[in-house]
Amino acid sequence: MKKFTEFLNLKPTISAILCIFITLGSLSSLLADSTFLHVSFDPTRELYEEINKAFLKEWKAKKGSEFAIQQSHGGSGKQARAVIDGLDADIVSLALSYDIDSISTKSGLIDANWQKKLPNNSVPYYSTIVFLVRKSNPKKIKDWDDIVKPGVSIITPNPKTSGGARWNYLAAYGFAKRKYKSDEKATDFVKALFKNTSVLDTGARGSTTTFVQRGIGDVLITWENEAKLSLDEEKRSGKNTLEVVYPSESIRAETPVAVVTKTATEKGNLEKATTYLEFLYTKEGQSIISKHFFRPIDPAIAKASAKEFPNIKLFSLSDLGETWDSAQKKHFADAGVFDAIYKTQ
Amino acid sequence: MLIETRPYKKIHLGISLGLTVFYSSAVVIIPLLGLFFHSLGIGVSGILEVFSDERIRSALILSFSVGLISALINLFVGFLFAWVLVRYNFPFKKLLDTLIDLPFTLPTAVAGIALTTIYSQNGMIGSFFDKWGIKIAYTPIGIVIALVFIGFPFVVRTVQPVIEELPKELEESARCLGATPFQTFYKVILPELWPSLLAGTGMAFARSIGEYGSVVFISGNIPGKTEILPLLIVTKLEQYEYEKATSIALVMLLTSFVFMFLINLLQERASKKLS
Repeated sequence: MKKFTEFLNLKPTISAILCIFITLGSLSSLLADSTFLHVSFDPTRELYEEINKAFLKEWKAKKGSEFAIQQSHGGSGKQARAVIDGLDADIVSLALSYDIDSISTKSGLIDANWQKKLPNNSVPYYSTIVFLVRKSNPKKIKDWDDIVKPGVSIITPNPKTSGGARWNYLAAYGFAKRKYKSDEKATDFVKALFKNTSVLDTGARGSTTTFVQRGIGDVLITWENEAKLSLDEEKRSGKNTLEVVYPSESIRAETPVAVVTKTATEKGNLEKATTYLEFLYTKEGQSIISKHFFRPIDPAIAKASAKEFPNIKLFSLSDLGETWDSAQKKHFADAGVFDAIYKTQ
Repeated sequence: MLIETRPYKKIHLGISLGLTVFYSSAVVIIPLLGLFFHSLGIGVSGILEVFSDERIRSALILSFSVGLISALINLFVGFLFAWVLVRYNFPFKKLLDTLIDLPFTLPTAVAGIALTTIYSQNGMIGSFFDKWGIKIAYTPIGIVIALVFIGFPFVVRTVQPVIEELPKELEESARCLGATPFQTFYKVILPELWPSLLAGTGMAFARSIGEYGSVVFISGNIPGKTEILPLLIVTKLEQYEYEKATSIALVMLLTSFVFMFLINLLQERASKKLS
């Protein structure tokens, strides 16, 4: 009996040791991560699933070896922060070059000249900002001017929390600035736009849900690929309630990619990472990209898929005389234009 | 067999205490201290400056006021539920009792999406109110509903055991001495219950001001109107302004801590009263 009670006394100690082992075990399994990790933003999930399959097939044919690619998707800024804070990404593909720049300057994991390392400033594909409206366009929305009219209800995500929303904002701002040739008028224009906005979701996908599923708003400002995806979804479920409207001009929304050099080198993945990103520029990569409604940069593939991508006038950020750094400071940082819009209301 | 008696409390630096300290440091104390020092990076004046921003102030006011309203709703409804569950027998009582814990276990984002679906203007309940020109989703009303949902179990679960423990004789003697049912409730039962009622309401309130997942979906997030404080933390993080984000977090942390501290005091008082 005495032995038994002694055993009982031992039990907390045993369980304590077990607890420590379990904790350490789960921690070390988190630390020991040798797989290849691609950190990307939200709307590219389906695109990269297909890219991965095609790339791994080619890699096996050329090198004879196999490996697994892990994907992580989320808001662009959130993903960049995760990499800065130590998420072991080998490559990143984000919604704004600003986010990759931030990783580079804040953590040093990416070389400062990352944009020079791949063709076309490390932008293998781009997109633009379009409108999604209700079937037969009851509010007669044709261009940016139409959505700022009183009585139109706009859905767009919050530029403070969403990379895509910053493209939306700059598309509207750029349109007005080019049309009225004045910063002040352009600011008034986005002011009117946000006055008409009834819901500011935290991300692009959330805004799509609000517009499509909840039936809120007359117009959704969104990525071209996201708009086309919504139409595709509807077609698949046999519905027909939406229409895409192309404004007269819009922004060239460039979504760059980069190797996280330091991490990839440490993990011995540098070659894989570089080859992966180069694959995006190949004919095969480009045609998968166009299949997922992102605009390819390869002229031949672009020509072949021209039907999918109406030829509207696209201006870039530099056409507006801005860099991401200056745009961020002027528009989206604290006490910037976006904050001022809501202060005066 | 002889059972050794021992004092209820003793000073013992055994492995169990070690583990307790280790876990609470690793999980609670060190991260919170980190938060504290991180926000000190911008200094007290910096923190004050953060809160001088109109947008943050209105989010602060919104978060606290919708939190208070939802906590008060939970106070009444939660008390009613606890009372019904203890004092009455009805079919499916066990099922209802289980359902109450659901907001604890459900991911709050799921709750937010579900609530938004139902309360938006083409949703099941939302479309009904829309006919009367009342919008629920994307207004503060929607936020209150989400907060009532996530705070609901707190009041029920803190009051329920206290009602169960109430001696039957207390009410019987009150009635025998000629008290009306209302007098019995007001003068005999309520004084026993209020500490736990307040504790539950306080917890629901503290939870409400920090709630993010369910609220971002239903609130519409319009600055100055339906933007809540936790969303501003996310906003600051998106701009890589860690110090500003943590200083908002710090203010919320301190508020929650003060509340939890008061709640613990109340509960101690309540348990003393009952014993």
